[in-house]
Amino acid sequence: MREIDVSGITSAVKKLCMDANFYLGDDVKKRIYECYEKEESPTGKDVLSQIIENIKISENDEVPLCQDTGYAVLFVELGQDVRLTGGDFTEAINEGVRQGYKEGYLRKSVVTDPLERKNSGDNTPAIIYTDIVPGDKIKIILAPKGGGSENMSEVKMMAPAAGVEGVKEFVVDRVLRSGANPCPPVIVGVGIGGTFEKCAQIAKKALLRPVGSVHPNPYYADLEKELLEKINKLGIGPQGFGGRCTALAVHIEVHPCHIASFPVAVNMQCHVARHKEVII
Amino acid sequence: MAEPKRITTPLSDEVIKDLHIGDSVLISGVIYTARDSAHKRLIEALERGEELPVDLKGQIIYYAGPAPAKPGKPIGSIGPTTSYRMDPYAPILIEKGLKGMIGKGNRSDEVIEAIKKHTAVYFGAIGGAAALGAKSIKKAEFVAYEDLGPEAIRRLEVVDFPAVVVNDCYGGDIYKQGLKEYGEV
Ligand code: SF4
Repeated sequence: MREIDVSGITSAVKKLCMDANFYLGDDVKKRIYECYEKEESPTGKDVLSQIIENIKISENDEVPLCQDTGYAVLFVELGQDVRLTGGDFTEAINEGVRQGYKEGYLRKSVVTDPLERKNSGDNTPAIIYTDIVPGDKIKIILAPKGGGSENMSEVKMMAPAAGVEGVKEFVVDRVLRSGANPCPPVIVGVGIGGTFEKCAQIAKKALLRPVGSVHPNPYYADLEKELLEKINKLGIGPQGFGGRCTALAVHIEVHPCHIASFPVAVNMQCHVARHKEVII
Repeated sequence: MAEPKRITTPLSDEVIKDLHIGDSVLISGVIYTARDSAHKRLIEALERGEELPVDLKGQIIYYAGPAPAKPGKPIGSIGPTTSYRMDPYAPILIEKGLKGMIGKGNRSDEVIEAIKKHTAVYFGAIGGAAALGAKSIKKAEFVAYEDLGPEAIRRLEVVDFPAVVVNDCYGGDIYKQGLKEYGEV
């Protein structure tokens, strides 16, 4: 048993909130630079150059890349040989979010009640997915999620007969219908299988995979490639002004499902594809 | 890229008529921020027959809710939010004299119709380039609904704020045009 005081979780989460909002991952940056080189539309190219300039300003000035600093979504892998001390695990994470969003001058974008719509004032509560895993460490991934791209996401309970063609049609159409709303270029997270809620969750998890990485299963690796090509033929382009670069990547995650079910989820992610992780 | 057009608020019909979809513009002068909740309150005020807290004649509304300002800065990161959520309100404000809107994403047929009818314009700003966006804002102050936090109405003084004409007063739409030009399906 390894004892970990929850105050360590609070300080780690606080730092993740700020780092994720100020520094874009190298994988995403690299792909944006590549798209800039390749973009044929002059307006699209200009948009990408401003996105690149924005990334530099955020890094240098330590200010958020986007004013929508997101809903704090966390994926935690908790080692089963860890004993947490010093307080409540969930509250420790929320306290980290509270401190990070305050000290980082990040926007508070959470309303406590979805109908009453009063701002919670400190960007809490966080959304926390916890997996118990072997070992005596805690891995925390924080992915602040913007509303613009989240709103263009969808879960569809398809008939198993729809097959892979059904998936392709749904994913490409979802991107087309989203237009400029999710701030393209986007990363498209696709969940296939599971149950209604699991499917959405794995679509979100797919967004965490490094851009440029290849799906371990060659069948899905090919499908990702095909979908990316199809999406980039739509012509939406950077910010929807027309162009070749609509998506930076398509990431698929699959899960076993019920004999009667075929859920497919698309989680849209803007080019501000933020996530940072830490191991305690 | 053609040279961007420099325009200053308030916008005259003459200036708006010279704007066409796809034009890059640099906006200077005063613009106002307002999002969902502020729009709701503006429309409710109109329904009660009250004066609006800001005179919108010739003005531009920027659909945006900035991040908090760091000490010594006029404003935090700021970029456009998705505009369709303001579609139910926009035609009413355009009728009241609003001339420009800045946001991202496509507008309803009703908004596009109102833009045409009243010689207005809808600009797109770059979503997610909000640290850069803050650079062109020289001054920011609350003018109404401060209790709404990021959703309050702010008066911004901007110099060379970059945007692209999405819907012009001739019924044009850059999003549709872009798909036509670059789409291969
Ligand atoms: S979708 Fe992303 S880039 Fe666009 S406003 Fe939201 S967080 Fe920012």
